[in-house]
Amino acid sequence: MTALLVIDNLSKRFGGLAAVQDVSFEVKECEILGLIGPNGAGKSTLFNLINGVLKPDTGRVVFRGADITGLAPYLVAHSGLARTHQIVQPLGAMTVRDNCTVGACFGRENLPLSQARQVAEQAAVFVGLGDRLDMPASQLTVAGKKRLELARVLAAQPTLLLLDEVLAGLNPTEIERMIEVIRNICESGMTILMIEHLMQAIMTLSHRIVVLNTGQKLAEGPPSKVANDPVVIEAYLGDPDLAAEFVGALA
Amino acid sequence: MLDAGTILRRPFFWIVAAIIAAFAITPSIGQNVELREDLLLAAVYITLASNLNLILGYAGYVNFGSIVFFGLGGYFTVYFVSVLRWNLVAASLVGGIAVSVLAFVFGLGILRLRGAYFALATIGVNEAVQAFVTNFGPWGGGTGIYLSTELFMPLGGPAKALWIIYYALVGIMGLSLYLSFFIKISKFGLGLLAISGNEDAAAILGVPTPRYKAMVYCISAFLPAIAGGLYFFKSAFIQPSDAFDLNLSTEAIVTAMLGGQGTVIGPALGAYLYEELRGWLLTSDTFANFQLVISGALLLVIVLFAPGGLMGWLYRQWPTLKKVLE
Repeated sequence: MTALLVIDNLSKRFGGLAAVQDVSFEVKECEILGLIGPNGAGKSTLFNLINGVLKPDTGRVVFRGADITGLAPYLVAHSGLARTHQIVQPLGAMTVRDNCTVGACFGRENLPLSQARQVAEQAAVFVGLGDRLDMPASQLTVAGKKRLELARVLAAQPTLLLLDEVLAGLNPTEIERMIEVIRNICESGMTILMIEHLMQAIMTLSHRIVVLNTGQKLAEGPPSKVANDPVVIEAYLGDPDLAAEFVGALA
Repeated sequence: MLDAGTILRRPFFWIVAAIIAAFAITPSIGQNVELREDLLLAAVYITLASNLNLILGYAGYVNFGSIVFFGLGGYFTVYFVSVLRWNLVAASLVGGIAVSVLAFVFGLGILRLRGAYFALATIGVNEAVQAFVTNFGPWGGGTGIYLSTELFMPLGGPAKALWIIYYALVGIMGLSLYLSFFIKISKFGLGLLAISGNEDAAAILGVPTPRYKAMVYCISAFLPAIAGGLYFFKSAFIQPSDAFDLNLSTEAIVTAMLGGQGTVIGPALGAYLYEELRGWLLTSDTFANFQLVISGALLLVIVLFAPGGLMGWLYRQWPTLKKVLE
């Protein structure tokens, strides 16, 4: 499998804080790559560097062979890289249908309006919002808004999807449904890079995991290996002795 | 989406046509000059409110200085006609284009700002242009430019010229309404509404936000500039304090919000009602020059109780209305 996205030595400082430091990894075609790490590890900043919301201080982002480092977010979207937000960002007064139509119109496919409407409806139905097409986005529940975030980017038919904590704030039933949706997306041929705090979910979904801590890459590998890595456990628990004890208990 | 067949099948297309016809025909019956002057002002107000609505209602950017387009258009046209002796059509068209280009240049600077800062910058643009024109010799400085009556001769004399200008302004009003309508149902319009909903999210979804904002600012300058050209040609006089009157800018915002910003018909309805009310207030003994107090109070009432304006209220009463009135 070839690399769809290459993160090459990315760094970003906010004043004295090194939010992301020399992070490198690859996302391969048709995989789900999980990005985990404690709060403040730099995960969302990394997403912002990838899709052009922030410009990196050093390093490159290569997507489908083209250097997209520091490109404006809308140009990144045109190239086929879509992204959802940790804090939902619905286009308030617009309906669910119109929200998704924006994704379909201005994403990779750059569809004309009438065609975009159809794709938008399909995307909304796919995530389970088919019955709320004409509802203003602001009136959706939290779970509904999370689904809308997903439907909007799906409507753009991207090659690569960056998902920022789509499961946060959902109840167990909703999480189960959402996991099913994400799996279906992957099976339809899209590649996914996702940030998630729900360990159980990300461990079952991901093919590979990258762990960030204090802005640096700590570990990379298949879920089973990463989950039992003492360095990773230490990063989460913050205490080497406690970590050793925890690994002991697991063994 | 924008093919002729679909548009002709939309009832709204014909509603706008009917509005234009009503404006054109009613004062012509019996050559009613008083009614013509009344409707001429209404057509100007509707043009200003509709074009302001493109940036205010669609893109969600509050432009407090929209009158600068009207005033500059007036200056260009009056200058071209009186000094360069161009005919009115060429003068007002070139004036409109020149103002749009200037708007694009201003836009590059101030469209980086958001919210209150953008609103303040638009006032700044208007004030700066007014200060420039007041000191600009070729445009008559603070005293402005007078047009001699002989300039009305190519249009068949002053009396006939006033009718021609009236019809032209009604045409500009009609074009403004159709422009609002076509943008509303286009992909461009959807992008603008997305910007209004959440600009950062829109950009991440792929809406080319800097280009769209510059385009809408530029487009919203064109027809008001032509209207300004025709209006000040008709007045045969232009001076900075009339051309760049911030009160008119504020009134345009009030009228757009009164009718319902973001809809096509709302700003027009608001502008018409406001103009009628203003005319009544100006001629009433007790309330002369009271219209700004009223417009201030109106704005307060709208913001507090009916953020969707008249159209928002109507849509709530009769939701099916949404299918007919855009």
